[in-house]
Amino acid sequence: MNNAQYEPSEVIDASGLQCPMPLVRASQAARKVDIGAIIQVISTDRGSVPDFQAWVKRDKKVELLSQNEQPGDGGRTVYVHFVKRIA
Amino acid sequence: MTTITDTDAIAKLEARLVKLEQEYGDRIAELETQLPSHRVTIVCFSGDYDRAMAAFIIATGALAMGYECSMYFTFWGLSVIKNEAQTSGKSLPEKMFTMMLPENMAKLGISKMNFAGVGAKMMRGIMRDKNVATLDELMEVAQEMGVRIISCTMAMDIMGVRDEEMKDGLDFGGVGTFLGDAMDSRVTLFI
Repeated sequence: MNNAQYEPSEVIDASGLQCPMPLVRASQAARKVDIGAIIQVISTDRGSVPDFQAWVKRDKKVELLSQNEQPGDGGRTVYVHFVKRIA
Repeated sequence: MTTITDTDAIAKLEARLVKLEQEYGDRIAELETQLPSHRVTIVCFSGDYDRAMAAFIIATGALAMGYECSMYFTFWGLSVIKNEAQTSGKSLPEKMFTMMLPENMAKLGISKMNFAGVGAKMMRGIMRDKNVATLDELMEVAQEMGVRIISCTMAMDIMGVRDEEMKDGLDFGGVGTFLGDAMDSRVTLFI
């Protein structure tokens, strides 16, 4: 997967964290960065994929740019989310 | 009664009317996007047979009434949507969970008067005699009618429940997935 198309101003490593922490960390970061800035969230919780989709549907401050899966350490799958603060 | 004859005044009123229509139309459209769907969302936390029955009766009832329905299974509730227990490749605590918890919905106990499973057996017999649909039938009907069943990924991880042990046709998600559906629902229950 090509992530080079986005330039995140912050990278949140939420790998190993369980629900709801990937969502909480992402939300905290998205509220801190400037409007228009992009954050990258790395998670090992596959539940974070539908969770982020539901989040951006409700929260008008953020937009989901992309989500993808990558093979991570120890056979774990890593889920990478790009979220943009829009308001 | 006064009659407006001034054409200027009429034109002004017309312009104002058009503007108001536009403004209120926009506002109503915006408010309509905030209306919940015709959906019922149920958290199924319990692994008790009687509580699972209650959840599926409400779910099938909602679907029958033309509503959509989401059921979010977490913690002990996972036993309801498990198919078969497997222990290979699991850690010791995971194996313990697997062996101590009901393998699937047929093995669920009841929340009162269970008496090591005897009560649950009696309750199932009584319900059969009274022609109550079984839990298995209710789940099948709910799935036919398009229920969304979500399995909690954290609970699965804690108890070491693998995908292969679960029934088919499930979604997997966390608190955001549940809340996304709950915020879009007119009825939300925790059972």
